[in-house]
Amino acid sequence: MKIKNNDKAPKVSLDYFYQWWFKVILCVTFIFLYAPILVLIIFSFNDSRRNITWRGFTFKYYEKAALNDGLIDAFINSLTIGIFNTLGSLILGILTALLLWRFRFPFKAVYEGIILLPVVMPEICIGVALLVFFNQIGWANNLPWPLSLSKITFAHILFSFPFVAIIIRARLATFNLEQEEAAFDLGASPGQVFTNVFLPHIRPALIVSGLIAFTLSLDDFVITFFTSGPDTITVPIKIYSMVRFSVTPEVNAASTILLLITLCAAGIALWVHRAKISRIGKL
Amino acid sequence: MKNPIIKIEGITKKFGIKNALEEIDLSIYEGEFFAIVGPSGCGKTTLLRVLAGFEVPDSGLLFIDGENMRSIPPNRRPLNIVFQSYALFPHMTVLDNIAFGLKVTGVPIKECYQRVKMLLKLVKLSGLDHRFPHQLSGGQLQRVALARALVKRPKVLLLDEPLSALDAKLRNEMRQELVRLQKSMGITFILVTHDQQEALSTADRIAVMNNGRIKQVASPTNLYESPSNKFVAGFIGSINLIKCEVRQIEGELCAVTTGLTKDLFSIKGKNEISVGQSYLMGVRPEKIQLTKLTDIDQYDNKLAGIINNITYLGRSSMYHVKVSGDENIVMNVSMSHSDRSENIDLCIGESVLMHWTAGSALLLEDHDS
Repeated sequence: MKIKNNDKAPKVSLDYFYQWWFKVILCVTFIFLYAPILVLIIFSFNDSRRNITWRGFTFKYYEKAALNDGLIDAFINSLTIGIFNTLGSLILGILTALLLWRFRFPFKAVYEGIILLPVVMPEICIGVALLVFFNQIGWANNLPWPLSLSKITFAHILFSFPFVAIIIRARLATFNLEQEEAAFDLGASPGQVFTNVFLPHIRPALIVSGLIAFTLSLDDFVITFFTSGPDTITVPIKIYSMVRFSVTPEVNAASTILLLITLCAAGIALWVHRAKISRIGKL
Repeated sequence: MKNPIIKIEGITKKFGIKNALEEIDLSIYEGEFFAIVGPSGCGKTTLLRVLAGFEVPDSGLLFIDGENMRSIPPNRRPLNIVFQSYALFPHMTVLDNIAFGLKVTGVPIKECYQRVKMLLKLVKLSGLDHRFPHQLSGGQLQRVALARALVKRPKVLLLDEPLSALDAKLRNEMRQELVRLQKSMGITFILVTHDQQEALSTADRIAVMNNGRIKQVASPTNLYESPSNKFVAGFIGSINLIKCEVRQIEGELCAVTTGLTKDLFSIKGKNEISVGQSYLMGVRPEKIQLTKLTDIDQYDNKLAGIINNITYLGRSSMYHVKVSGDENIVMNVSMSHSDRSENIDLCIGESVLMHWTAGSALLLEDHDS
């Protein structure tokens, strides 16, 4: 669309949206972000083993992926780790956030820095460190499923709970302490104050941070690579090993399914959040 | 006199080295509208929080309706607060906000509903049941906060600067509303405010606080007409203070000199004054009359001066008069426009005479006890 350019008309800041170059930047950004993913999805339907040129539409490789026992095991492993990681890092993250928000103690700033270190630490360092650590303490390697996943789960909690802590801490900063006092004053017990006043306030942060923890865990490769064994393959590692043999559309199909799970999780979280809000207010 | 619903005995509270409350003794009676006023940082909010149970006093006793509150947590005290920030629950509707205090204590839903409906009507919010706090105006939020506290039928309602977030017109309306609610429900109200106007216009009795101490407890009239010390005199309304020395005591009246003029001033004295001691002579701006210098011998308590400035205030004007004899003393004189017809031509730079009656001046201790 062409915009008439009147040099004399003063531009208000919000008017930039209507400038052609602004639209170009917006489009290019979206293309950069999502074109590769779009290509991945399209080529998962490609009827070609080598998957270089488009040869026609097929669901064949989804069927193949669905019948690939190794891939399905990897999915089950990934989801299990993801769920336990989410729970673990939520609990640890809430406690950390509460500690940092509510209490004053010596070396608080140092403590805060150390807690947040895993966010900036290179994953490869954490991976190697964990490998050495688990070897040194002699963590049993041949535990039955799902205990065999504990090593990876702990590793994932390690790097995802700081994200939870940061998000919840930020949300807590906006909490009006008088609300808590008001609830007490109106006769609520500490438990009732927590569930009726405190929890509703941090609920959005809980949903968002839980989702982030789940996603971080689901697609982590580096740290998982160093802590997984032959029996504990996750989806990213399985896809990597599939790619090493050949890039068939089956890899695309597996990736698309992973993407779908992530999107569904996000969608459900949003929906739960909305539903909760609309249900409040009915006595 | 009725039984005190709240009895405070020697309550002291320290924050670090600062004494927020020092040896507070206070009794508040059933059905009273009581106000606690003072400048910010005087300890009035701390006192309120001690009453509510959010602060534990270092020493002293607190009785509510005869019961010692020492080990009673905030959620089991028979009083409720209206917070300065209202502290409404943003994720609940008006209805749920007001019902909260009933629901958490296990009042049956049906009774809850009836009581909330009644309260909504009382605070004139009917029809807004299902609004969320962010959809309400400041005045409406205020009413919800009031209803939420009152629905619990507390023995005492604490109001922490409840009107400070409202604009002047709404504030006036809400003041009257508060008085109406208090009289109709018969609940003891304790209003904490820094606004002396608010306290004077609503309360039956007022406690003035400064630096963690109660300076005076009295009715609004007594507080204004006969403040017991310099701080109260200056905080409740404004006052002109001049250093003076007592020369003579004759029955009710005593004669003082100021060093500004040779004249003696007569003031209605207090009981425990002694000759030769320094005091402060206090005169409220509206008790002073202004005339032209010509008829100088006609009055008893008089001071000459030059008009330094005039502040127009609508209903009245404030004349700032520099006292001849000491350029540093500026007296504020308030003249209502209806009775200043003869002074209509007073303007800046003019020499005037200020005079007042013996009964309208106050004798105050110079030191702040």
